[in-house]
Amino acid sequence: MTVELEHYLVVGAILFGIGLYLALAKRNAIGVLMGIELMLNAVNLTLVAFSRFIVSPRPIDGQVFVIFIITVAAAEAAVALALVVAIYRHRQTVDVSRMNLLRW
Amino acid sequence: MDEPGVVAAFWVLTVTTVGAALMVALVRNLLHAVLFLVLSFVGVAGLYITLSADFVAMAQVLIYAGAVAVLVLFAIMLTPRAARDNADGDLWAAALVLAGLVATTISLIATRTNWAVSDRGAFATTAADIGEALLDPFVLPFEIASVVLVAAMIGAIAIVREE
Repeated sequence: MTVELEHYLVVGAILFGIGLYLALAKRNAIGVLMGIELMLNAVNLTLVAFSRFIVSPRPIDGQVFVIFIITVAAAEAAVALALVVAIYRHRQTVDVSRMNLLRW
Repeated sequence: MDEPGVVAAFWVLTVTTVGAALMVALVRNLLHAVLFLVLSFVGVAGLYITLSADFVAMAQVLIYAGAVAVLVLFAIMLTPRAARDNADGDLWAAALVLAGLVATTISLIATRTNWAVSDRGAFATTAADIGEALLDPFVLPFEIASVVLVAAMIGAIAIVREE
């Protein structure tokens, strides 16, 4: 029994699916953000698996990409959670189905 | 990779990661969901180690399981009168179908593509190679990333500041 590239890719796909479900289905804005973080994690796992297994002149580049994605994800989480707190201050809710000021 | 230890570690970590991610979706209390999210992040860090990506695994534990999880907990604590439950919205069935379709499609493509797999084995050094790559071909993105972080920090402070 061996572990191949496809094993990691399928794990990444399953994690991405769970994250997508969270981001689309959750009522709480913080739950939506947790889904987005899970999706980013799934993509990072896929990138690291490719950098380990695929033929490439510079295989380490996949891990450098992951470092950049982690940086951007941290910035995204900080700004998005600040937005959630700001919306809560004005409207006393974090329910995404009630954040409908821009709907017409 | 056919060492029995690595194979066993892969399956244990996969079950932990996917199970914890499922619990994030199923558990009713939002605080418990964050704790399962941390478990899922740590499981992904373990999977990085089985791929011999030690530096990325360290960054994952430090930034995701540490900083992002604390950030999410702070956001929950700062919204005390909002609902703490982790309920699904009206469109959960459609979301479930869409997420299942996406995961199945990616899995099918991943298993049926004939990947150009190399036989070079595990990385001998990772942190030193990443450091050299960040200073030679990726200098510009590296510098821009620092600007992005400063902008995000100032932006987050400006958004939540009380007038």
